[in-house]
Amino acid sequence: MSTMAFLKRSPWILHYDASSCNGCDIEVLACLTPLYDVERFGIINTGNPKHADILLITGGINAQNREVVENIYEQIPEPKVVIAVGACAATGGVFRECYNIVGGIDKVIPVDVYVPGCAARPEQIIDGVVKALGILEEKRGKMAGAARTKEEARHAEQAGEST
Amino acid sequence: MQTLLFLILFPILVACLLLFVKRTTLRYAVVALSALVIGGASIYLLMRYAFEGAVYFAAPSEAVSLAMVAIEMGLALFIVYMGAKFRNYLAIVLAVVQAALVVYLETTFSENLHAVNNLFIDQFSIIMGLIIGIIGSLIAVYAVRYMETYHHHHPEVRDRQKMFFFVIFIFLAAMFGLVFSNNLMWVFFFWEITTITSFLLIGYSETEEATKNAFLALVMNLLGGVAFVVALIFLAATEATSGGIDLARVLASSDAAIVLIPAVLIGFAGITKAALMPFSSWLLGAMVAPTPVSALLHSSTMVKAGVYILVRFSPVFAGTFAGFSIGLVGGVTFVVASAIAISQSNAKRVLAYSTIANLGLIAACAGVGTHMLVWAAILLIVFHAVAKSLLFLGTGAIEHRVGSRDIEDMEGLIVRMPRMAVMMFIGIAGMFLAPFGMLISKWAAIEAFVQVPFGLVFIALLAYGSAITVFFWAKWMGKLIAVTRNQEKVEKGFFEEPWAPLYIITGLVVATVLLFPVISSTLIEPYVLAIYGVTARLAEANVAIMLLMMALLLILPVSFTLFRRSAKHLPAYMSGRTATTDLQFTGSLGLTREAQTRNYYLAEYFGEAKLFLPGAVVCTVLILASWVLAGVAL
Amino acid sequence: MTWTWLIGAVLFLVLAPVIGGLIAGIDRRITARMQGRVGPPILQPFYDVGKLFEKESVVVTTAQNFYILAYLIFIALSGALFFAGGDLLLIIFAFTLAHVFLVLGAYAVHSPYSHIGAERELIQLMAYEPMIILAAVGLYMITNSFYVVDIAVSTVPAILYLPGVFLGFATILTIKLRKSPFDISTSHHAHQEIVKGITTEFSGSTLAQVEIAHWYENVFLLGFIYLFFAWNPVIGIIAVVVTYLAEIFIDNVTARVRWQAALKSGWLAAVLGLVNLAILSYMMLGGA
Repeated sequence: MSTMAFLKRSPWILHYDASSCNGCDIEVLACLTPLYDVERFGIINTGNPKHADILLITGGINAQNREVVENIYEQIPEPKVVIAVGACAATGGVFRECYNIVGGIDKVIPVDVYVPGCAARPEQIIDGVVKALGILEEKRGKMAGAARTKEEARHAEQAGEST
Repeated sequence: MQTLLFLILFPILVACLLLFVKRTTLRYAVVALSALVIGGASIYLLMRYAFEGAVYFAAPSEAVSLAMVAIEMGLALFIVYMGAKFRNYLAIVLAVVQAALVVYLETTFSENLHAVNNLFIDQFSIIMGLIIGIIGSLIAVYAVRYMETYHHHHPEVRDRQKMFFFVIFIFLAAMFGLVFSNNLMWVFFFWEITTITSFLLIGYSETEEATKNAFLALVMNLLGGVAFVVALIFLAATEATSGGIDLARVLASSDAAIVLIPAVLIGFAGITKAALMPFSSWLLGAMVAPTPVSALLHSSTMVKAGVYILVRFSPVFAGTFAGFSIGLVGGVTFVVASAIAISQSNAKRVLAYSTIANLGLIAACAGVGTHMLVWAAILLIVFHAVAKSLLFLGTGAIEHRVGSRDIEDMEGLIVRMPRMAVMMFIGIAGMFLAPFGMLISKWAAIEAFVQVPFGLVFIALLAYGSAITVFFWAKWMGKLIAVTRNQEKVEKGFFEEPWAPLYIITGLVVATVLLFPVISSTLIEPYVLAIYGVTARLAEANVAIMLLMMALLLILPVSFTLFRRSAKHLPAYMSGRTATTDLQFTGSLGLTREAQTRNYYLAEYFGEAKLFLPGAVVCTVLILASWVLAGVAL
Repeated sequence: MTWTWLIGAVLFLVLAPVIGGLIAGIDRRITARMQGRVGPPILQPFYDVGKLFEKESVVVTTAQNFYILAYLIFIALSGALFFAGGDLLLIIFAFTLAHVFLVLGAYAVHSPYSHIGAERELIQLMAYEPMIILAAVGLYMITNSFYVVDIAVSTVPAILYLPGVFLGFATILTIKLRKSPFDISTSHHAHQEIVKGITTEFSGSTLAQVEIAHWYENVFLLGFIYLFFAWNPVIGIIAVVVTYLAEIFIDNVTARVRWQAALKSGWLAAVLGLVNLAILSYMMLGGA
């Protein structure tokens, strides 16, 4: 469809706290404060997966929230990317041996960007989001390409039928 | 004149015939056929007299009048008997008082009780005739199958269908008589007949509640009846100046102050019949009757008799403080009844309150009575009759299929009964949305009230009232169109015949909007012109825009075909909980729960308990004020 | 000459989204500055809407698209009627119709959050409707016409006669612009207790349509503000700007109230308007 690529200028984020100690969450919120002001890049923290482009998760997956993470991921319209923020989100971190921890986010849903740190610093988080934008744009291109091929195939099929 | 007499006498004939019909199929045939005849005759009436203005007919007088008095006495005896049987002594007292007053009137003023012309027809009567003839007979047709199913669902109720349809057709005859009579004695006679038929039909199921409510309706309407007779006595006593019991002469009377007193008294009768506050409780009680009764008597026709008489007398009310006061009764009723409707979840009660509210609005227009307001009032009568009858009949059909008349149980009707839901949708839209009828009238009313001294009071009432109206209708609409999942479709299997009247009335709701410029220019404007010498109409550009909006609304559903069916379907957002499409989710402790949505009813703010009393007190004061003001004017 | 009305309507249909989007962009920028932030680019709202059109089409039920399309069309229609100089009352009714479609869209999806959003939107509708009708009536009393075309060229300084009506209208304008403290049915701000309220289940191009409709609506409302000052176009435009800035300020210094407070505020605003009109009609009667 469009080649304007508005997507990377308007990434809306859904922030989900899987089982974080709240350390990373505070840093994520710090990004919204006047000091970092991510709205400069059009980034908005929405509370709604149906509006989101980027799923930003802190903390590791546990037995309770596994389904929730899957469900939220499912509800975000394509194209979408997942950012795992902090050590726990990447691997389970210091909690990885806990009886209820499954592990990092990638145990349940595909993760596109890992932001390291315990806790991750705001600069790093912003950096991770910017990196995600590239991937998001790539996915959009693929999606548009796939839609075009599909459309062309449909047209070809119709043309074939009519002849 | 033959057509008028035919329309009054033919339903009586059918009524008597129906007393002997037992089988439903045969009854259906008789009712459908006579509906066709009555509807056809009323349309013939339209074509014959629409362009002639007011036409008067002498009609036989002496014998008929005598027979009417005899029947009135018989009815009084009947009420006394019923009152004694059910120990309702108030009804007996009122019936006796009324009978005594009639006897007094007949004996003391017998020489003053002659009208030159007993029957007449003008554009307003034609409109009323069309409502009775078309909507009324369609409801009668619907009622045949409805009553069959009703008795199927309520085996405990004694099957008195023969009486039921007898009364329904007697009622139709009485309504025709009421709107075609120029002799106020005749009007009063037909008025009393409608009171009795209402009483009989409300009490149809013979339960304690039904009987109680039937008597409530009877007592309140008899109260109005007493006021009516007093007005007649006054008119007869002042025959020389007031014009006696000849409606045309009364309205043309030059002594405005003399005529105002009977007008206010008859207006009071109108207020009771139209169930304005403080008399609204009888109409609410009347909702125990089978749904077609509610549609026919308590929404589209009988209660309209109340506002009909008010609109008839509105030239007398115009510019008087007494009339203004009566208008305020209507205005206050409009706001308070609309507000109470917010708190109701029973569909029939919502419809009842909305009916009361709209009758209030019509009364407000009639009471103030400028030419534009009369125009708006008549439009309101037309649009309300059409849309409201559809909603009542629809509610009845839904109740039989879904087993409930609660609005909450109508959730997802668009999935379960798609055709029914669309019809209800159109009916509700007809009640409050542009470009449908009721809204046109409200709009005209606002424009008219602006030009009236102290009209600001009414503007305020209208502004708040219509805001409230939007709230309770829109939330009902929302319930109907919620696309719920995994719901069984229950539309099939319902009798096909009752749907025919529904389809026709739905068509009428849309048609009245499309044809409204024609209705206005051929019927309402000439009527207003004949009375006031000026007429009202909407600007042509605005009419064009309304039609454009209507066209848009008709075209828009086509867009359904444009939306990609391939769009990905996802369940609703449930805070990350995995939910099935019908909103089942796993709650704590592994229990499966269902998310349910309910509308706001805000009973704490808009409840009956909170609002009825203040509304009733204000309206009572206003009614008393109207009497005092009329007296002072004398 | 007779076709001038059409020009107004067409200009509105074409330009209002541009102006509305820019206003939204400036609004976000000023809001950011008030909070000591830099804020997004002025064109950010266009990026957002452009992005939404790029997203995958996701629905709960196909019917939702229908209601939102109807919402957009009727909002645009009522705005176009306004700028064509039409009858204010008719415009207000078309405007209400449009909002009912938005509400129906939210009901249609049958989701808990959008359901609450829809109910609250209806409460908002009930809160502002009386005042908006009274504003039209007030302008009629001053100019003797319900037609925007007549009101706009009137030489009477309406604001001097209608200060109460104007204040009342400014109050409900906060509701209409979806600004705090009355942003109870949905919010442009981050998390709130009912997720995104009425728009929760709309995404992609459907959400973009809601946004564009909102731009149309804002331009229409600012046009309404202008009518109070129409006797002097310069003052008129300044007044519109000042009013909007005041709305942004109020948005930033207040917290969201409950629906009861929103309803009471809207209705009290209308009472203020009524008192104004009562005094006015008393003066007119006295003068006559």
